Amino acid sequence: MKKLSILSVILLSAALVLTSLVAFHSSPSSAVPVPAPDTIMLNGAGATFPYPIYSKWFSDYNKIHSDIQINYQSIGSGGGIRQLLSGTVDFGASDVPMNDEQLGQAKIKILHFPTVLGAVVPTYNIPGVSQELEFTPDVLVDIYLGKVTKWNDPEIAKYNRGVGLPAQDIVVVHRSDGSGTSYVWTDYLSKVSTEWQSKVNRNTSVNWPVGLGGKGNEGVTGLVKETPGAIGYVELIYAVQNQIPYGHVRNAAGVFVKGDLAGVTAAAAGYAKTMPEDFRISITNAPGKAAYPIASFTYLLIPTKIEDAKKRDVIKDFLTWMLRDGQKEAEPLSYAPLPKEVVARELKQISQIQ
Amino acid sequence: MLWRNTWRKFVNYFMFSMTGLCALVTVGVLFFILGYLVWNGGSSLSWTFLTHLPTPVGEPGGGMANAIVGSAKLLLLASAFGIPIGFLGGVYLAEFGGRSFPFVVRYTADLLNGVPSIVMGIFAYTIVVLPMKHFSALAGGLALGVMMIPIAVRSTEEALRTVPLVLREGALALGASKWKTVATVVVPAARKGIVTGIILDIARVAGETAPLLFTAFSNRFWSPGWNQPTASLPVMVYTYAISPYEDWHKQAWAAGLVLLTLVLVANVAARLSVSGRSAH
Amino acid sequence: MASIPIPPGRAAAKRRARPFIQGLRSGDTFAHVFTLLCAASILLVTVALVQQLYVNSTGALHKFGFGFLTGRTWDPVSGDFGALPFIYGTLVTSALALLVAVPLGVGAAIFLSELAPTRISNAMTFVIELLAAVPSVIYGLLGIFILVPFLRQYGEPFLKRTLGFLPLFQGPMYGVGMLAGGLVLAIMVVPFIISLSREVLLAVPVEQREAALGLGATKWESTWQVVVPYARIGIMASIFLALARALGETMAVTMVIGNDPRISSSLFAPGYTIAAVIANEFAEATGDLHLQALIELGLVLFALTIVINGLARIAIIFTTQKGSGH
Repeated sequence: MKKLSILSVILLSAALVLTSLVAFHSSPSSAVPVPAPDTIMLNGAGATFPYPIYSKWFSDYNKIHSDIQINYQSIGSGGGIRQLLSGTVDFGASDVPMNDEQLGQAKIKILHFPTVLGAVVPTYNIPGVSQELEFTPDVLVDIYLGKVTKWNDPEIAKYNRGVGLPAQDIVVVHRSDGSGTSYVWTDYLSKVSTEWQSKVNRNTSVNWPVGLGGKGNEGVTGLVKETPGAIGYVELIYAVQNQIPYGHVRNAAGVFVKGDLAGVTAAAAGYAKTMPEDFRISITNAPGKAAYPIASFTYLLIPTKIEDAKKRDVIKDFLTWMLRDGQKEAEPLSYAPLPKEVVARELKQISQIQ
Repeated sequence: MLWRNTWRKFVNYFMFSMTGLCALVTVGVLFFILGYLVWNGGSSLSWTFLTHLPTPVGEPGGGMANAIVGSAKLLLLASAFGIPIGFLGGVYLAEFGGRSFPFVVRYTADLLNGVPSIVMGIFAYTIVVLPMKHFSALAGGLALGVMMIPIAVRSTEEALRTVPLVLREGALALGASKWKTVATVVVPAARKGIVTGIILDIARVAGETAPLLFTAFSNRFWSPGWNQPTASLPVMVYTYAISPYEDWHKQAWAAGLVLLTLVLVANVAARLSVSGRSAH
Repeated sequence: MASIPIPPGRAAAKRRARPFIQGLRSGDTFAHVFTLLCAASILLVTVALVQQLYVNSTGALHKFGFGFLTGRTWDPVSGDFGALPFIYGTLVTSALALLVAVPLGVGAAIFLSELAPTRISNAMTFVIELLAAVPSVIYGLLGIFILVPFLRQYGEPFLKRTLGFLPLFQGPMYGVGMLAGGLVLAIMVVPFIISLSREVLLAVPVEQREAALGLGATKWESTWQVVVPYARIGIMASIFLALARALGETMAVTMVIGNDPRISSSLFAPGYTIAAVIANEFAEATGDLHLQALIELGLVLFALTIVINGLARIAIIFTTQKGSGH
């Protein structure tokens, strides 16, 4: 009898807790736990890199329009493209623009909308070295090809006089999961080295000649932090948030630039004139003195024809809001806002959505 | 003779000390993990966390209320689907089956257990999500439920096998039909073992992330009904743990702790409901 | 009942029919069929799963044939895929996990069921079972924060000093690698072994123990030579469960194994498992061939599991004696 009463007490309190969670919570994001019948719910999937700012945007948008809930999940750029093509989500997101083959598979034409810009930076963990190193493209290629194996190699030392580089083995770290970040990194290496292009080439997943694979930007950051002598490439925000040193990279104009938001915006501006109609472009190794060479757009992928009129209006309104007001939120979260020319052209592209 | 006995005594003490050491090492490591989780999770747990929806990074006051409810929903659906089928399947293997068919089923159950959870998720995706053209809690619950079946079958079977033959024979001798014997004598006698298996089963799928990524997806908002994507604790742990933000890392630990507490409550409730005299 | 003379053939038929009709009337047939259907659902799911895997990987199957199993390159860019490094990694990490977890787990189960006072045993088991619910991501995080640095700074150098003459313990020590992968898996599967083995050991009838002790055996001899063999099948079942979990574990492994598809004789070297590469590359797979190759890896894992389970069962049949009560 005693056990039965304990049991019923437990079950009752569990039920009470659950109901109170649902009924009496005081969430700032929505006043009612179950959305009102006329709530418009959209689902999007894609790149992990912009997840923080997308979640901020969709949350702010929901504050302004409490009857619109846009739910975005980061399952990876490729995943976003695939879900969009299968029709299981309303929009996709990708760091890498869709290639012709993928666009060909889409039943409805897909539009690319660049949203923010990001930088990929080379971080490292060298015992005794806290300065910011200078990397040339060739050095990065040779390290990742496994040709340069020690930190005091003359190729590295040549541009880093004044830094006491130890004779430590270099532990190369790359991404184990397919990712837009890897695409940007290998895209850059392919552009600056024909050897890399022929041996490894560019893709979200490649056959890395050497190195350990970390899962996600976080995995790479973790491996670099924990392994003496490690070098890895991560999105800028991971290096900043985890306070690990990252190096400068020499750009196409011969200047060593640190990966920061100004350099990224300069890279985008460097390509602004040659930007194609559909915004599908790689901006690595951009021309211009201030340009950071390993930068990239990230895109929202929107179908041109949307059946549901309400959803269509929401998407168009959101895009306009994002381009006008949303860009302010980029810098505090370590993303670079879009250059003005690109914003103007995108606002025009919105009218293509019907 | 005396030497022989001394040796046997020595072996006795030595081997039991070794098992004690095994217990110490395993329990020590596992308790350490638990302590670490409780410590990290507990320090980030708050009323806000339990009752608020997630907020974007940098905004304080975020929580995982929707993920808690979501996980509860998914586990409920998975259990409602997987436990009865698994239990009855185990009953078949232990009580009704012959030699070859149960052998095949047992073998296949072990195979299914070894399928990576992500492959199960992909399977549920192709079978449920693609035809429905959207992610849903239903798909997630089904994926988890299917994962529960093989474990439930095997553990139920093993638990039923521990019931001594005499009990069955006694009931049959009294004129009970086979299914009555099973239902009123064998199963109650084995209920502790059955419940252990079911608890392990629920515990295991409660922490699964990969199957949910492509089925229940996730949701920053509340998920009404069964037809919408829903947040869940394991997916939130995964998403937050791989982010660059310290605040989100703390929330990931807290989510892990909440998950554990959910399973703990289920565990206690289940054990209490089957306690009492059993066959052993 | 047999007083009325019946022709011989019909008598035999009547004898066979009686249990069936009785079965129908008492509900036994219904119960039999219903539970059979439930058990058969496992077969149904498995067939559907294998069919889906097969259908979604045909391109890769045709392109590589059996060479897939021996290929050592995994190149998504050039479209060259081979499964051998992943098979190797899966086998090595799972074997290591079992080598560590089975003795520890069964030993602990024996202790908890035979020696420990009931209250302590129950409390400890309760906590151990709880750990089965910890998401594998958290095991992975703990692996990264605690196990990997420990291995890199203390564990692996120690092994190198003492056992470094074995090729198993040579080479650069990163911390991440096969050793870390195997150990994380061992920690994850040990709760299953302890919990289920303990249940089965506790269920061994008291008479068996008493009989042995009555014959003059020490407690250990009674446990090891009577109780454990009696519970052997249940313990084996728990080991199969543990093995299955080890083969299919994705998240925790990929966070500590180094994710490098290479075959190395050293446990310190990074490796890759089938489950880990599927989890890593599936969402972002570029192109159909890549996707199909990943799904084909899933099929390979399935086949691997069949073979391993088969070999294990054969080994059990050869070593099982009578007297286990089944």
